[in-house]
Amino acid sequence: MPTTHTLDIANAGGSSMLLDIKNLDVTFGAGDNPFRAVAGVDLQVAPGEIVGIVGESGSGKSVTMLAAMGLIDAPGRVTADRLSFAGRDLLTMKPREKRAIVGAEISMIFQDAQTSLNPAYAVGDQLLETLAEHQNLKGAAARARVLELLEQVEIPDAKSRLSAYPHQLSGGMSQRVMIAMAIACNPKLLIADEPTTALDVTVQAQIMELLVNLQRQNNMGLILITHDLAVVAEVAQRVVVMYAGEVVEQSPVPDIFNTPRHPYTQALLCSIPEHSKGAERLATLSGVVPGRYDRPKGCLLSPRCPYVQPVCHNEHPLLEATHRGSARCFFALDDAGRPSHG
Amino acid sequence: MIQFLLKRLGVVIPTFLGITVLAFALIHVIPGDPVLVMLGERNIDPTYYREAMHRLGLDLPLWQQYLHYLGNLLQGDLGTSIKTNIPVLQEFLALFPATLELSLAAMGFALVFGLAAGIVAAVKRGTVVDHTVMGAALTGYSMPIFWWGLILIMVVSVHLGLTPVSGRIDIEYDIAPITGLMLIDTLISGEPGAFVSALEHLILPAIVLGTIPLAVIARMTRSAMLEVLREDYIRTARAKGLSRSRVILKHALRNALMPVVTVIGLQVGTMLAGAVLTETIFSWPGIGKWLIDAIGARDYPVVQGGILLIASMIILVNLLVDLLYGVINPRIRHAR
Ligand SMILES: Nc1ncnc2c1ncn2[C@@H]1O[C@H](COP(=O)(O)OP(=O)(O)O)[C@@H](O)[C@H]1O
Ligand SMILES: [Mg+2]
Repeated sequence: MPTTHTLDIANAGGSSMLLDIKNLDVTFGAGDNPFRAVAGVDLQVAPGEIVGIVGESGSGKSVTMLAAMGLIDAPGRVTADRLSFAGRDLLTMKPREKRAIVGAEISMIFQDAQTSLNPAYAVGDQLLETLAEHQNLKGAAARARVLELLEQVEIPDAKSRLSAYPHQLSGGMSQRVMIAMAIACNPKLLIADEPTTALDVTVQAQIMELLVNLQRQNNMGLILITHDLAVVAEVAQRVVVMYAGEVVEQSPVPDIFNTPRHPYTQALLCSIPEHSKGAERLATLSGVVPGRYDRPKGCLLSPRCPYVQPVCHNEHPLLEATHRGSARCFFALDDAGRPSHG
Repeated sequence: MIQFLLKRLGVVIPTFLGITVLAFALIHVIPGDPVLVMLGERNIDPTYYREAMHRLGLDLPLWQQYLHYLGNLLQGDLGTSIKTNIPVLQEFLALFPATLELSLAAMGFALVFGLAAGIVAAVKRGTVVDHTVMGAALTGYSMPIFWWGLILIMVVSVHLGLTPVSGRIDIEYDIAPITGLMLIDTLISGEPGAFVSALEHLILPAIVLGTIPLAVIARMTRSAMLEVLREDYIRTARAKGLSRSRVILKHALRNALMPVVTVIGLQVGTMLAGAVLTETIFSWPGIGKWLIDAIGARDYPVVQGGILLIASMIILVNLLVDLLYGVINPRIRHAR
């Protein structure tokens, strides 16, 4: 189980992991100025597990997941030591085989559900398309299944919604349709990329509840990307913290909230009470995530870190095992939340 | 829907009146008159000339002539050709199918290749393919029709001998005009040779007339596709595991068609103007050639009526395009 040193387990050959990513790099831009939007990311998800991914905007959360889905386009480049799903290697797989998995066994929902639905097609048709593509389900049987899905995501008066167009739906309804589409083929893994960020606060809670219920019913793996650490604390079993394209800490849920090891995680936790939607800036950290042109040389957090030491400016820390997880810091915080250089 | 049509009619009627004034004024600005042209400028018997002018009502003040014309028009009378003495509408209806066939062929050519070129350029954006396609489109767009037509005739017809130089069909075939569209009529006639001949005659004029619309459609399709391909719903379509061609042709193209349809509507006007030139180059017996001949003969009723009928067609096509929006875009359909 992922509750112990996941990284080490993952090193050992064919894993029992649902999603197994090792040393993932995603690079944009060519020539002498490439930009590593994702650098050396490791990520494992066990069957039926809920993993939260947190980090400010621009940390590389979405790009990591899009790479796993095979949705990074040239000139973006994806490399990894391992990228496998349910024991199958996604890196060497033929595109056709991969397309059979994507949308069926792994599916993804996005932040802005309303713009994620095609405005030119009725909701029912967009759902039917998924069923036709992956399950060869057509006609009356397919329509019945679509209705069932819409009811499963608790869309009232589902029958009349079949012929509705996306512009006739609210944001919450659109996200429910997206979820229906994502679970249409009973996926083993659902990736939810900030699924509630664009919604009203009251609707946010409903959608979260729906997602967690569906996860439990279908025993799906769920990757939940969110700014809302309170939600993560409630539903996730494990949290991965990303910063500037790297994983800076990952740990089981109670630990990461009680004893964060990385200063960045600590800062994220401090920002919870503010609960600012979008959380662009953090309460205790000045500045923003370094982008393409201002990545520092040493530790990527060094310009913003309250505990920064000379070595942090010059050397890049590795992800090292902590009590039950791992953290990327030379002076990982102790149980009292103080840096280990004293 | 009915409200929408009424609203459009409110615009159409003043436009129409404006066109009658313009058509009337323009043809009378050109020096000379039908009688002079018919008789030749020298050796005119002044008495006969005055009589002829009177018979045609051309001795009245211009404003009276115009009101007279408008009065007849309101009764559905477009007048009679001075040269042939045949009603203008009858001449128009006899010749229009030839122009329609040419225009449809040209638009079909422009649509197929324009859409394909635009899609390929957008999908291969920034590559050699993209630059080549767009360079060719720019060249096509700036090509003068007359020059382009003559080049094609010289190379394809004269030098290579692949297609005939002019007309709609070889004279050896005598085809009964059932629909007026030569391709269909020859098919009905059951003579395979006639159909091939009609097709061969149609190809070059259609290419010449379709080149500019092709270029415009290609550029519009490319930019619309580039915009649409960045949309979130394209990412969704790909996340569904759909094939690339399905994502592009079903999810992207449908949304990119909106601006393209607008452009096609606008191109119909340009195209009818182009048809006049193209028909002249290829001696294509349509309304373009008819109008040019009528201007030469100062055949006032034909010129006025012809312009009016062409304008009506353009207005009608644009109305159809507006309706087509609703079919393509559900947002418009439901807003109405
Ligand atoms: N297609 C792309 N081309 C270039 N840079 C990109 C592209 N997609 C994302 N990025 C960059 O990668 C970084 C990480 O982005 P993203 O994964 O969207 O962040 P997050 O989801 O954590 O907010 C950002 O700096 C972003 O600007
Ligand atoms: Mg994101």
